[in-house]
Amino acid sequence: MKSEKSLTVLDSLNLGLQRAFQDDMRAILLGEDILDPYGGAFKVTKGLSTQFPDRVLTTPISEAAIAGIAGGLALRGMHPVAEIMFGDFSTLIADQVINHIAKFSEVYQTDTPVVIRTPMGGRRGYGPTHSQTLEKLFLGIPGLTVLAPSHILGENELGGPGKLLYDAITDFSTPVFFVENKLQYLLKLLTLADLEEFDVRTYDIPGNLRSPITHFAIQSAPKASLTVTAYGYMAHLALEAMHQLAYEHEIFCELLVPTRLAPFELEPLFDSVSRTSKLLAVEEGTLSMGWGAEVLARTSEALGAGLKMTSRLGARESVIPAAPDLESGCLPGVKDIITRVKEMVGK
Amino acid sequence: MHKNASMYEKLYTIRQFEILLIEKFPTGIFPGTTHTSLGQEANAVGVLSHLDAGDIVVSNHRGHGHFLAYGGDPRALFAELMGKPSGVCGGIGGSQHLHWRNFYSSGIQGGTLAMASGMALAEKEAGSQNIVVDFMGDGTLGEGIVYECLNIISLWGLPILIVLENNHIAQTTQVEKAVAGSIPERFEAFGLPVEHIDSSDILEISPRAGRLMGEVRAQKEPRVLIIETARLGTHSKGDDTRTPQEIELLWQARDPVAIQGARLLKEERDRINLQVEEKLQSALKYAMENEEAA
Repeated sequence: MKSEKSLTVLDSLNLGLQRAFQDDMRAILLGEDILDPYGGAFKVTKGLSTQFPDRVLTTPISEAAIAGIAGGLALRGMHPVAEIMFGDFSTLIADQVINHIAKFSEVYQTDTPVVIRTPMGGRRGYGPTHSQTLEKLFLGIPGLTVLAPSHILGENELGGPGKLLYDAITDFSTPVFFVENKLQYLLKLLTLADLEEFDVRTYDIPGNLRSPITHFAIQSAPKASLTVTAYGYMAHLALEAMHQLAYEHEIFCELLVPTRLAPFELEPLFDSVSRTSKLLAVEEGTLSMGWGAEVLARTSEALGAGLKMTSRLGARESVIPAAPDLESGCLPGVKDIITRVKEMVGK
Repeated sequence: MHKNASMYEKLYTIRQFEILLIEKFPTGIFPGTTHTSLGQEANAVGVLSHLDAGDIVVSNHRGHGHFLAYGGDPRALFAELMGKPSGVCGGIGGSQHLHWRNFYSSGIQGGTLAMASGMALAEKEAGSQNIVVDFMGDGTLGEGIVYECLNIISLWGLPILIVLENNHIAQTTQVEKAVAGSIPERFEAFGLPVEHIDSSDILEISPRAGRLMGEVRAQKEPRVLIIETARLGTHSKGDDTRTPQEIELLWQARDPVAIQGARLLKEERDRINLQVEEKLQSALKYAMENEEAA
């Protein structure tokens, strides 16, 4: 099966936004530099202000107010979408997200349908304050759902990322922190035809929002000796590593790609690790107190002695340098994943 | 009841509610902490008596008076302060986090102005006649998000009345040690029209607040009301570094309940006092006897 047009993650997110604004008159967009013809720093919002001029508001450089105003809109029945231009700037919205928006639903006993979108990630040479992967700061906040799209086409014409965003905007009553990734924007959505060497299964995790976790295995391969988990752009690199490991090193892995990072719901991962007994968690953020640490802890709690070996890969615990060669030395890549997997399986 | 008496009754209800709260705190029926608004009652009543049914009120950590002036049930507020399921927010919110109908409060300084701005934007987008009233204090002026919001409120012409209750003290810090320059000019710099009142007299506050709220509603534009006021009580339960003499002078000069009470005949005042005291005793009893904490 080959898709008619070859959508990128960026196209899919843009389509998801457009469709949400067509279908949901309560949707309203706030962000910096989002008006056409510019259409946002990464163009996710391109076209929106032309199609929906009354519901797309460009703002001053005031991230905290953007987030807080989105919270107030949501309390009064709107479906706000706030764009934070760079994920690094999400530190500026922390009070609004943690002390206000994430608490409203429970304290005020009311719906708070806020979606805050932001691109994380490096490998663009943007330097220490425009390259970080900071979503771990927002994991484990009660009342806040953290989503990260995967570059898989999905069943919907919007594509997986667009569908995830569409559902978060139109059909979810509590706040969402929607983590995009700058390099992931450029990825073509994978169709089943692209993935014919893989056995692909998708699980829906419990909850009101359809946020699948996808399981990849090599087609007709021997029993996998290790489970890898990664999300967002790192899932793309992990899939590439998994392919090379199979075809060049005869090491077979299973890969689990969640799209909901928090609250944590990892049953399909536990199933895989119960077969392989080894788990590698890969993320682009720094490791300390990170997503992978929590995944490993939960897997260990779930499987006990069934989990025999764990490892994590992430960014070096330093600032992210601007110089491209220094930056790439700082962030985990395909080679790093391959090397670590080989170590873990003793090859 | 004539208007002066009715205003007095509302002021005295807030006063007596918080007096009971302070009196009963040492008995242990109220967990945690609380901030009272003794001395600021005329701001709450003077402003909120002009609300229309769909209007929205955003309050802060010192919000009992705002809640009661909005029409909130003292029984539900007592129960909330006791941490009971029958409380305004089921005991989850406590003193600082209330939501009932269109009333919202939260305990973080300044952050609620963003929430209030979003609410005002929602009303504007919906084309409604509703306005938002946001209360803040002089201490709130130290928070950066306030200025992000003032800028946006002015740029977008949001239907909001900001009421700055300048009680000249933030917890223990005098306003002179925390706020540089002119407070009205901080708002005026963003193009926001400011009305400035130096009074604890409800008859001075109420008509001017009413006019401003009418302007916000009719012109769909923001306004700012700065009220120089006095905190006659402590910050929370017992923390006050001002001298007793200083506080006594404030009681003599700036007690809104005494100022309005002096306009009534003693007999009428005593009758209202008794009715209010009985009503609040019964509210307290109701909250205490209602189900236990969850």
